Amino acid sequence: MNPVTGEYRPLHGFYTLFYKEWLRFWKVSVQTVLAPVLTALLFLLVFAHSLRGHVEAFPGVDYTAFLIPGLAMMSVLQNAFANSSSSLMQSKMTGNIVFVLLPPLSHGEFFSAYLLAAVARGLVVGCGVFAAAVWFVDLPLAHPLWAFLFALFGSGIMGALGIIAGIYSDKVEQLAVFQNFIILPLTFLSGVFYSIQSLPPLWQWLSHFNPIFYMIDGFRYGFFGHADVQPLLSLAIVAACFFVLSLLTYWLIQTGYKLRY
Amino acid sequence: MTPAIQAEQVSKSYGKLQALAGVSLEIPQGEFFGLLGPNGAGKTTLINILAGLVIASGGSARVMGFDVRGQYREARRVLGVVPQELVFDPFFTVRETLTIQSGYFGLRNNRGWIDEVMYHLDLTEKADANMRALSGGMKRRVLVAQALVHKPPVIVLDEPTAGVDVELRQALWKFVRRLNHDGHTVVLTTHYLEEAEALCGRIAMLKQGRIVALDTTQNLLGMHAGCYVELRIAPDALPPALVPLVVERREGGGYRLALKDYVEVEDVMAQLRTAQVRVQEMEVTRPDLEEIFVKIMSRH
Repeated sequence: MNPVTGEYRPLHGFYTLFYKEWLRFWKVSVQTVLAPVLTALLFLLVFAHSLRGHVEAFPGVDYTAFLIPGLAMMSVLQNAFANSSSSLMQSKMTGNIVFVLLPPLSHGEFFSAYLLAAVARGLVVGCGVFAAAVWFVDLPLAHPLWAFLFALFGSGIMGALGIIAGIYSDKVEQLAVFQNFIILPLTFLSGVFYSIQSLPPLWQWLSHFNPIFYMIDGFRYGFFGHADVQPLLSLAIVAACFFVLSLLTYWLIQTGYKLRY
Repeated sequence: MTPAIQAEQVSKSYGKLQALAGVSLEIPQGEFFGLLGPNGAGKTTLINILAGLVIASGGSARVMGFDVRGQYREARRVLGVVPQELVFDPFFTVRETLTIQSGYFGLRNNRGWIDEVMYHLDLTEKADANMRALSGGMKRRVLVAQALVHKPPVIVLDEPTAGVDVELRQALWKFVRRLNHDGHTVVLTTHYLEEAEALCGRIAMLKQGRIVALDTTQNLLGMHAGCYVELRIAPDALPPALVPLVVERREGGGYRLALKDYVEVEDVMAQLRTAQVRVQEMEVTRPDLEEIFVKIMSRH
């Protein structure tokens, strides 16, 4: 079908939706970027001050340094989830979701644009946490590519989960259930503040069923070259989670579940 | 020529509620078509099925020959819909909103057409205003503009003038008439039946999910051969033979009489002459679309 006006570009719809989602959080960056960076810094100050010298998570690694990648990854994950879930949820509640449902965007474009915007916000916040935290301690970066891969897959998983939560939720309370009863406990119990080696055997065993544990552990490996689990295994688990969740999200969009009635 | 819109036995159920019960219609390209019906008749459901916002339970629908499910991208590219609800994205200005909407349709460098749409809808001065700062009428204009950013061959306006001022109504109809004159097909739903009567060449009336009338506006208006005679007489004493014809009594010797045919006008005049009643004012009118609508709805 030929365009009827302007200059038609096949992937411009995807780019526009991504750009719109980017603008949506960037225009309120005090709330969407600065606030989570500040929260992570407060965690760092409180935990580093109270536990430094008392805890040695990794041999020879300062506890403050140990904490920074975990906090950064936690911010990446939480903000990636918040971006896609809140955007879809707000659009559904205000009714302006029709503006993205009426145009000829493919299911893939819809999915990828929301996902990439979530990844982008996660990474921007993560970079912000590092930029603010590196002033406190020297942080090694043993395997940057590994760190980047875990950040990418981790934010991708949370972005996809955010799309699912945003599509599923009809009310703010439903979204809050996702955030408070799934994302928050899984994040806090994933080893952000500790190494699972310090846990009793039962909790160590249970931690292996938490996918966020592999994201944090693998990400931390990128900095210290040391991890609780083989990084390749962590990467395989994280990548598998990403593909399964992506397929589920794509299927929901394709069927129009709670989007097209 | 491929019809602009083709619906075949389209049905939609929400549980036990049947919103559409097998609607079939065909709208040729270039037509100005009206879709009328009381609240809950299924007008918006039908429009939403065409737009892909609602998935039909049965039947098929095509826009410019493209199936709305199987060829959804092509179908949506040729369709512009003004939704009924006044919705907007509070993060953006008017120009950003329109540029983004245009981008969703894959269009770059569309500023020329966006400027033209804004000009015709009197939005140019508000181009850099945030959507939140606009009045309800202005937001409605932006909704119309959003539906037109990709200059779609088929334009669907779902009650576009609900709650808007006369100025916007006139500006909107002038612009939409021009688009229709340029070959765009226009489908309109409205509760203002005088608008439908003035604009639409053909009209479908829906009730409880079914089409109960589908014809040209002229044929619908001509369905009833009767007319009304509006009189003001002196002295204010209507001859007894005319009293059964009165449908409305007005102050100062005014009456509205319903006649079955134009030829009865002469009989009325004869009765008045015989009774030596002087006619001070007289007007003969045809039933308007609203009366036809009420009659058709009460019949079904």
